[in-house]
Amino acid sequence: MEPVRIIRSRTLVLPRENVDTDQIIPARFLKTTDRRGLGKALFSDWRYDAAGAPRPDFVLNRPEAAGCRILVAGDNFGCGSSREHAPWALVDHGFQAVISTRIADIFRGNSLKNGLLPVVLDAQSHARLLAAPGAEVTVDLEAQTVSLPGGGTAAFTVDAFSRHCLLNGVDELGFLLSQEKAIAAYEGAR
Amino acid sequence: MAERGEARTLFRKVWDAHLVRPETADTPAVLYIDLHLVHEVTSPQAFSTLRERGLRVRRPERTLATMDHSIPTLPRDGAGRWPFVDAQAEAQVRQLEKNAVDFGFELHGLGDEAQGVVHVFGPEMGATQPGMTVVCGDSHTATHGAFGALAFGIGTSEVGHVLATQCLLQRRPRTLAVRVEGRLGAGVSAKDLVLAIIARLGVGGGTGQVIEYLGPAVRSLSMEGRMTVCNMSIEAGARAGLIAPDDTTFQWLSGRPRTPRGRDLEAALARWRALGSDEGASYDREVTVDASAVAPWITFGTNPGQGIPVDGRVPDPAREADPAARGTLEAALRYMGLRPGQALLGQKVDAVFIGSCTNGRLEDMREAARAMKGRKVKVRTLVVPGSHRVKKAAEAEGLDRVFREAGAEWREPGCSMCIAMNGDDLRPGQYCVSTSNRNFEGRQGAGGRTLLASPLTAAVAAVAGAVADPRRAAEGA
Repeated sequence: MEPVRIIRSRTLVLPRENVDTDQIIPARFLKTTDRRGLGKALFSDWRYDAAGAPRPDFVLNRPEAAGCRILVAGDNFGCGSSREHAPWALVDHGFQAVISTRIADIFRGNSLKNGLLPVVLDAQSHARLLAAPGAEVTVDLEAQTVSLPGGGTAAFTVDAFSRHCLLNGVDELGFLLSQEKAIAAYEGAR
Repeated sequence: MAERGEARTLFRKVWDAHLVRPETADTPAVLYIDLHLVHEVTSPQAFSTLRERGLRVRRPERTLATMDHSIPTLPRDGAGRWPFVDAQAEAQVRQLEKNAVDFGFELHGLGDEAQGVVHVFGPEMGATQPGMTVVCGDSHTATHGAFGALAFGIGTSEVGHVLATQCLLQRRPRTLAVRVEGRLGAGVSAKDLVLAIIARLGVGGGTGQVIEYLGPAVRSLSMEGRMTVCNMSIEAGARAGLIAPDDTTFQWLSGRPRTPRGRDLEAALARWRALGSDEGASYDREVTVDASAVAPWITFGTNPGQGIPVDGRVPDPAREADPAARGTLEAALRYMGLRPGQALLGQKVDAVFIGSCTNGRLEDMREAARAMKGRKVKVRTLVVPGSHRVKKAAEAEGLDRVFREAGAEWREPGCSMCIAMNGDDLRPGQYCVSTSNRNFEGRQGAGGRTLLASPLTAAVAAVAGAVADPRRAAEGA
């Protein structure tokens, strides 16, 4: 995994609340046995009409969406299914951070394991980002801050261990494997 | 760890008993997993990770697999082939078969008499037991909390973690007590109760929390009803939902393939009886619900929290003070093609789906059959048992005949139209009263419109061809 430290990008604003993982990637794309190449299915039913043509009014299809690596969405992003295909699709499309006022538990955990930074902000800072689509923003994982349009920064927190893993580009499985002695001792004592 | 003698919740007892390493400021807890349930959709990439890194499945005997999401619910064709929706679905099923052989764990696949929807299957096997930690790459794993197990859904990376180490890294969630006083009225089921609870908490209201359901109305639920309630905990955003085990639990588990027997069972029962929350144990948050005030519930929107009593009216976005909430409601009504203030009773529907890990058990089949007996359905109605055991038991009672004579389709077990991966789906714009758990946009097929409800409400809708009040059917039966 590539280390994540500073993400600088224009924002893509999707001002909807409760964006569930079925919207992020519909279930019919889950028949794959691969984790790659899912970016084309991202937000598929919002992005394409029944004939497969891009819907021009959807934010991701607008010319200014190109190159945006920070997604700003409404409250409770990523609710619903546990499908890790959701962060796989977001990452494959090019997103590196998702900003909301609340991010669903399983989606948050899945994102952290794929180098997609889940950022939860206070309502006021979040509202400033929602009101300024395309703003140039810096997310600093080391400092745990987001720069806000019009000046100032907002603070966020990421669990210390997940932060360490992201900053150093290491995955959690390595840490768990290193616990073998403790795991064996636990099993032996039951 | 909790201090000695401190009053502990059910959740805390199970959590503490599975700590390989407690959490610190720098590292999450290392939590031991007793049972890992596996299905075809969220596991292939995890096995790829194991292969890439030269790892084995650390505890094959704690790994138990079935197939449910992408499989057909129609029987084999004349040539003995399963009618998969496409080659990709079949390849996914074959991959799980290969993984089970290569890594040496138990799989009950297509054609196996124990196969079923994973959250119906696990309890039926007696694999889910009180006090266990249970995980699965599926958000409805909370179902198993009905047995007093700490059960939650995980992503595919974590599926790999459990396969390789039998452990997960977890921060301890907060606790939420949902106390249900009183008793449910006639025609009102566990599904109505949990939909009403989700409407109260909100679709994200349980985020970061584990729910314990308590109170007399929960105690009087059957195991099927308890599984329905715990199953939908995730629809309020909660990590898990638990109910303390009692005699109802122990009787249900008795004699199942993996339930302990003889002396082992006696020892297990002694442990299981001590699991309930201690007198005076405290929760981070408590909510009380009056069961007698819960009506048959139905959703009108595009998340499970957007529900109303079946005889209620669709809310008016103009009355929402908060602009974000107003926008959410407007978007939902637009998608659903419903008007503010309209009644749902009499709303025409195009299809009815009865099944899923929420309502695909024998009791659910009986409820649906009660409303269909001697009547005809007016719309396409799919009745999909949650497992082969459910199917066999329902057929032994003649329920399949009731459904067939009513004009409904009696299918093979699977997730079917709950997730619409296997070809069982809606056409754009169609309305479906569904006993499943999610009414998200396109969940039952692109453009499909889902109204979540109980098996009884779904069955009366099938007969009426429109949303109808199940209380009348309950009185008339």
